[in-house]
Amino acid sequence: MPEHRLLLRRHLGVDFTNLANYIKYGGFAMWKRGLELGKDGIIAEVKASGLRGRGGAGFPTGTKWGFLPKDGRPRYLVVNADEGEPGTFKDRYFLEEDPFRQLEGILLSCYAVDAHVCYIYIRGEYWHSKDVTERAIADLYKAGWLGKNIQGSGFDLECYVHSGAGAYICGEETALIESIEGKPGMPRLKPPFPANYGVFGMPTVVNNTETLAAVPCILEMGGDAWCKLGSPRNGGTKLVGVAGHVKNPGLFEVPMGTPMREIIYDLGGGILGDREILAIIPGGSSCPFLTKDEIDVPMDFDGLKDVGSMLGTACITVIAEGSDLIKVMGRVAKFYQHESCGQCTPCRQGTGWLHQIVQQLDAGAAGEEAIDLLIDACNRIDGNTICAHGEAAAWPIRSIAKKFRPQLEAEIRSRAAASA
Amino acid sequence: MVDPVPVGPAPDAAALAVQFSPQAKQQIADLLGRYPRKQGALIPVLWLAQEQFGWLTPDVLAMVAAELGLAKSTVLATAMFYTMLYKRPHGRFHVQICTNVACYLRGSDDLVKIAIDALGIRPGETSEDGLFTLEEVQCLCACERAPCLQVNRKDYFDVTPENLASLLTQLQTEGLRLGPSIGWPDADESDNHPAEAAHA
Ligand SMILES: Cc1cc2nc3c(=O)[nH]c(=O)nc-3n(C[C@H](O)[C@H](O)[C@H](O)COP(=O)(O)O)c2cc1C
Ligand code: SF4
Ligand code: FES
Repeated sequence: MPEHRLLLRRHLGVDFTNLANYIKYGGFAMWKRGLELGKDGIIAEVKASGLRGRGGAGFPTGTKWGFLPKDGRPRYLVVNADEGEPGTFKDRYFLEEDPFRQLEGILLSCYAVDAHVCYIYIRGEYWHSKDVTERAIADLYKAGWLGKNIQGSGFDLECYVHSGAGAYICGEETALIESIEGKPGMPRLKPPFPANYGVFGMPTVVNNTETLAAVPCILEMGGDAWCKLGSPRNGGTKLVGVAGHVKNPGLFEVPMGTPMREIIYDLGGGILGDREILAIIPGGSSCPFLTKDEIDVPMDFDGLKDVGSMLGTACITVIAEGSDLIKVMGRVAKFYQHESCGQCTPCRQGTGWLHQIVQQLDAGAAGEEAIDLLIDACNRIDGNTICAHGEAAAWPIRSIAKKFRPQLEAEIRSRAAASA
Repeated sequence: MVDPVPVGPAPDAAALAVQFSPQAKQQIADLLGRYPRKQGALIPVLWLAQEQFGWLTPDVLAMVAAELGLAKSTVLATAMFYTMLYKRPHGRFHVQICTNVACYLRGSDDLVKIAIDALGIRPGETSEDGLFTLEEVQCLCACERAPCLQVNRKDYFDVTPENLASLLTQLQTEGLRLGPSIGWPDADESDNHPAEAAHA
């Protein structure tokens, strides 16, 4: 199956961290086009493109931009480069290997929504990403692509990297905003939404790195043409990853709606040792797990929703037969417990219960009734919390408990046999 | 934009036990220009403090509070929330092995065992000589190259048991030469050889 490469350009073997190279390959050509289109014209193209947020929730980007109130308050763009969803490795590509793509997208987006300050929130552990992005920003200031009166247009934009400091929850947009304000990364109760009351109380757009990186491409092709690359209501191409038990793990770019099977078998090279698939995490560990029978699902927001899961970050983790699902569940449960910010009781306590129950299962100290207990605990978490971390913790565990019951029961029996 | 009313007075700058370096002061001036409120610069300033002092001692936190005109409690609340802002001394080499799903599926648990054996400490512990802190971490988001680990600011991908063993040996040698990290309580900046101190 052919990839459709617009954003992912590793195969060219060009050093795109070099501004001259970036420009040589068409970089910043869209600035002129953006000025011709004007602010509303850019937003119209983005709306036409059907671009949906690449941070996981899939909210239409053009619509989000349209929510900003026209009340004269200063506006901010905040870039979510806090990539932390376990299983994900896509924003890292832009940050480390093609930093100007994101920055060109930022420039166009800030111009379109009339924001003059942009904070790029990069995950603390991404040292190399921070270095590369900081250097790219410095280069752009020198070349007149950032700062005052950009390329003589009269448009001003200041762009800063704000480093995270090791808190997954800061990927949640309002926690991220709190973190930029120098506070603990505790998600805010919504409404008000960031469009109205974002960073420093001002109207704010929060977008994922890949979302913004797609903007220059959309202007280049035209929104309609870009949209048609993907499946209906899921415009464009998407970076997809494959990791875990595959022969050729990696990052690829495909049209939205490409069947997951093709991504795993054609691009990912099939399963290590030619085993059967046991389970699939479609887009980061907060997504409900899939069975091997669900592998023909189209990789897009609607396709995965239809099978009761989520596209998430579209980085797939493949788990082959013979793996220990209780142990996998243990890693997932531990993560969401550790990363709960602790504000809401169902999340703070519930993620702890989930982890504890799974640990008991792992130790052979709990029987099949623990599976029901897990489902019950999950049911008490999701829907009862301030942010979607509660769902992120509950959904994957509940999906394993429900869909993989025979497998779990077999693992429980074999632990009992081993300890007898 | 006005700063919100502070929750308490900032510490008295004259009574501080430690001071930012002149370079750090300059960087702070630049950082303050980036945010409409001083507290926006808090996390970047805590990073600078950690770079200079190794970890965020109570004295260092007071210094940050005084610098930004914030109450100590405000600074502490933020510092406590973030795992990469250290509230206790860490080893010279912070060995962080990812054990999340993709790395687990590709053998990260064996790597943890190797590190425990080689370093004589368990995840979450720091060696007595202040050279190593070992930790299991959660998804470094490079799963296509699992298993992964990070030592201080450097990533290592597709790690095998053999590479890890030789990496740790190399770090041990380097550690004996360099001594514990900045801010290690027993580290004497003068001429004390840390290797001797550790074996005394
Ligand atoms: C617990 C949690 C973690 C999140 N982590 C990230 C993240 O690491 N990166 C990201 O872009 N979005 C993350 N999100 C989604 C953001 O809240 C937000 O939807 C996104 O940044 C919006 O950008 P987009 O519309 O361009 O996707 C997370 C959400 C939740 C609830
Ligand atoms: S759901 Fe969890 S992470 Fe989100 S605000 Fe509540 S306690 Fe914090
Ligand atoms: S699971 Fe280790 S890098 Fe993602």
